[in-house]
Amino acid sequence: MRDERRVISVVTLNEHGVLSRISGLFAGRGYNIESLTVAPIPGTEYSHLSIETEGNERVLEQIVKQLHKLIPVLKVTDHDKETVVEKEMALVKIPMSEAIADVEALCRAYNGSIVNTGDDVFIVMVADEPKRVKNFIHVIQKYHPKEVVLSGVVAIER
Amino acid sequence: MQMTGAQMLIEALRLEGVTHVFGYPGGAVLNIYDEIYKQTHFKHYLTRHEQAAVVAADGYARSSGEVGVAIVTSGPGFTNAVTGIATAYADSTPMVIISGQVPTGLIGTDAFQEIDAVGISRPCTKHNYLVRNAAELPRIIKEAFYIAKSGRPGPVHIDIPKDVTAEEAAFVYPGEIKMKTYNPTYKGNLKQIKKAAEAIGKAKKPVFYIGGGAVLSDAGELVLEMLKATGIPAVETLMALGTVPHDNPLRLGMVGMHGSYAANMAMSEADLMIALGARFDDRVTGKLSEFAKHARIIHVDIDPSSIGKIVDIDYPIVGDLKNVLEEMIPEVKQTVNPERYETWRNTLKRYNEIHPLGYTDSDAVIKPQWVVEEVGRMLGDKAVVSTDVGQHQMWAAQFYPFSYQRQWITSGGLGTMGFGLPAALGAKVANPEKTVINFTGDGSILMNIHDLMTATEYRIPFVNVILNNNYLGMVRQWQTMFYQNRLAESVIDMQPDFVKLVEAFGGVGYRVTTKQEFREALEDAIKQDRIAMIDVVVNRDEHVLPMVPTGGALYNMILTDKEK
Ligand SMILES: Cc1ncc(C[n+]2csc(CCOP(=O)(O)OP(=O)(O)O)c2C)c(N)n1
Repeated sequence: MRDERRVISVVTLNEHGVLSRISGLFAGRGYNIESLTVAPIPGTEYSHLSIETEGNERVLEQIVKQLHKLIPVLKVTDHDKETVVEKEMALVKIPMSEAIADVEALCRAYNGSIVNTGDDVFIVMVADEPKRVKNFIHVIQKYHPKEVVLSGVVAIER
Repeated sequence: MQMTGAQMLIEALRLEGVTHVFGYPGGAVLNIYDEIYKQTHFKHYLTRHEQAAVVAADGYARSSGEVGVAIVTSGPGFTNAVTGIATAYADSTPMVIISGQVPTGLIGTDAFQEIDAVGISRPCTKHNYLVRNAAELPRIIKEAFYIAKSGRPGPVHIDIPKDVTAEEAAFVYPGEIKMKTYNPTYKGNLKQIKKAAEAIGKAKKPVFYIGGGAVLSDAGELVLEMLKATGIPAVETLMALGTVPHDNPLRLGMVGMHGSYAANMAMSEADLMIALGARFDDRVTGKLSEFAKHARIIHVDIDPSSIGKIVDIDYPIVGDLKNVLEEMIPEVKQTVNPERYETWRNTLKRYNEIHPLGYTDSDAVIKPQWVVEEVGRMLGDKAVVSTDVGQHQMWAAQFYPFSYQRQWITSGGLGTMGFGLPAALGAKVANPEKTVINFTGDGSILMNIHDLMTATEYRIPFVNVILNNNYLGMVRQWQTMFYQNRLAESVIDMQPDFVKLVEAFGGVGYRVTTKQEFREALEDAIKQDRIAMIDVVVNRDEHVLPMVPTGGALYNMILTDKEK
């Protein structure tokens, strides 16, 4: 069985300790977390998590079932590619000495812009599909970024 | 009504119908113990170690089907309890474990006797709670009992800071629990059940593979009805023993590493396996790529995560075994003619004749297997049997004639040495009218020996039968078979005088070296109204056989000592 990348959405009661239940499940069973994002679902007692993970079919099935087994978890969705919209955000700090106009043009191609400028550095933000963000991170290296921060993947079913 | 957290706990336990609690006091639970002192609803048993408290509650739960309850203090009280909690978790025992915690304001300050208890218990409980105020305590206790006994049962841990036990709030006990996020599936999908029944009707060599879920679901009678309706032979896991009575002609015996030849061959040659509340443990399957190679598999389990975890399943059915069998039996009566499997049954019968479970008895030395058989002959269905972990556990599993569910209490999933004595204690509390026998080893018995005192204090008489081989026998067996007999730290030359030891605790002891002495000792021991211990000097070098070496295929069994 081949390993596959997958994004899993989890809706869980927004109570203390729930994140450690989820991360503990992954750690204790040797499952991989590539990225994890979490935020409350507005107007409810629930939170939404997007977990980016990797594993073969059996492992992915177990991850979904084990997540579901956690008492505070309401819903687990294992997204396959066709039915899901995935986005990721990146913040990148670039020295002022770089060609700012070029960088700005590049950001625009990745759904982004300059969001902050300072004396020595300026900060750009892009938000796009995870694959494209990865690509952006690759390309931006030309401009000697001082720091790159990724948000992790967020996913929503179509 | 306004109550303190401690009063709420007592009241909630009363409302849950709890009659027996095992525990050990300490600073963080002083308020709780003060209320225990004042109440009359349940009896509290002071064990001599927190592990024993939890295991006694476990033995109580396993032998009665009720939720076991244990109370321990914070810090070391809790960490001592962890092995017991993990043991219950591995075998899905319904339990509620209450621990004290340092006051809310001190949490996170490395206070005296502070430990992150919910952090530790998270991976070995079905669920856990850190209570933050008295107002939420009633709901949490109600939920804890509900979660512990519903779905796939398991231990639930509630950590209560000391200030919460003193804080007053309104006591409102929820009548019924409805949790949006937790809803076990009890009813199996009827379409799937019909499909499974058809597959059974078409099979030529089907076998039932019965697991501990059959006990947890109290599905024994329905399992037997299913066997009778189909004429299909059955193997049992270590955890299921008692489900199919020893004299049932369709019983093939225990399956797995020390399973019978017929049982393991049935699994290996079957063309259809019907797993009922079993979880394909590695001690059962042996080498996975060789496991049930010819079989399609029906798997009934209440825990969806058990299905498809180890092997691919052709007919998954999520549901409570009892409910599923109720629906499946009428279906198989339509699709199955028991005659159909006559040839298959005969094949298996022949396997059992070629390689029956057995041992070479002796009159010069006591064979450990003989001891188990003899207890079986003398007590049979009158005894509830617990064990520790090791060779004696396997011999008890192989040679005791079990007749009903919950007659057999053993630590299967975690394999916890020290389980037997406190478990027997709990089982005797739950079954005062039954004789309780704990088969143990000279290694295991010392792991919770202090609880002889509890047995004496509360007049809980049961009989510990030590199959004394002066070895950590199971370790020694592996070293002999797979490590060229290099007996690293498994030889126990140094032993206490077990007779004096049990006498020092107020019990009665016997040391026996002949069969006749054993019979007399047992007869005397079961008449005592105090704790008894029979130190049986058995043949040292006996091996548990058959044996499937780890990683080997289930059908490749070592059957006799000469083969090793
Ligand atoms: C708490 C614990 N520690 C270690 C083990 C590993 N272990 C399994 S069987 C065994 C030997 C048990 O010896 P004894 O109780 O004398 O039983 P015997 O095998 O001789 O019947 C050991 C050390 C265990 N199962 N549990």
